[in-house]
Amino acid sequence: MDPYVLKTLNAERLARRAAAVVTDLGDGRDRIVREGDLVAGELGDAIAKSFRTGQSTTIQAEGRSFFINVHLPQPRLIVIGAVHISQALAPMAKIAGFPVEIIDPRTAFATPERFPDLPLAAEWPEDVLRRNPLDSYTALAALTHDPKIDDFPLKAALEAGCFYVGALGSRKTHAKRVERLTELGATEQQIARIDAPIGIDIGASSPAEIAVAVLAQIIQSYRSRGVVAKAGVAA
Amino acid sequence: MTQAIYLDAERDPLLIAEGWMKEGRSCAIATVVETWGSAPRPVGSHLVIDANGNFQGSVSGGCVEGAVVSEAGEVIADGNPRMLEFGVADETAWRVGLSCGGRIRVYVERLG
Repeated sequence: MDPYVLKTLNAERLARRAAAVVTDLGDGRDRIVREGDLVAGELGDAIAKSFRTGQSTTIQAEGRSFFINVHLPQPRLIVIGAVHISQALAPMAKIAGFPVEIIDPRTAFATPERFPDLPLAAEWPEDVLRRNPLDSYTALAALTHDPKIDDFPLKAALEAGCFYVGALGSRKTHAKRVERLTELGATEQQIARIDAPIGIDIGASSPAEIAVAVLAQIIQSYRSRGVVAKAGVAA
Repeated sequence: MTQAIYLDAERDPLLIAEGWMKEGRSCAIATVVETWGSAPRPVGSHLVIDANGNFQGSVSGGCVEGAVVSEAGEVIADGNPRMLEFGVADETAWRVGLSCGGRIRVYVERLG
């Protein structure tokens, strides 16, 4: 392996950016490919697939044998609001492979008794996200339906390209939210990425059921990363 | 919280290999490039080895690491990458095998 490739790969991994090392198994030459870099032909298609699925693979392309080793950041979930739904969502998301952090400045809500064994920040999202910025391998679910708490992280999630952005609230609540986010400078295209009302439609009613619907939507968004965008380009 | 959320610098083979490189130690990187049947470590897993036979990471559940480490010594010496294949012990030319019945191919290359 080229030392430059190793250094670059580690820097990308530490910065929570997806990268792949592509090695020609015939001559041992390797190179680094970042997610979104354009690589032509069969090899490019295989690399794109590896970024989407997270699966590393050996492939034959252009009469040669290549190994694609893809390194994706650990996907994670930031929940705004230490509310009843979050109490069900956090343990379920953790089991499904998404480490969770809860943020809620209301100290009566964000208590370790209500959220045992979970990273919990009883602070304003502005302050937490400055230290621990969002990225495209982060899902954000805003569950307080308090504009003072939810709006800033929602806008930040849209700007950071979070793979999932969901917001609790009725259509009416969301319509008002759209107006506020527009005033804050979010584009129509960005706002369209918000899943609201939140969760896939399974007729969820209780907080735990809503948590199931939200987690299903997060998984759906994660597994279809890039697919939707590509379909848009082709159309 | 550090930037390296969820990366364990103490045990991450690729971060360790970069550290070794900075200390001027020669090393090899072994990577699982294909698996068949039940294999203990997924494709893409790494084992890193230095010239003294110190190693970190894994390419199996401990079944074939010894063979990979000794092969890595030669890779470090001559710089030529090698493809190793391990399967059920009786069916291969290798002394060591995977008791789980799977087969794996491991690519061993020198760093630099």
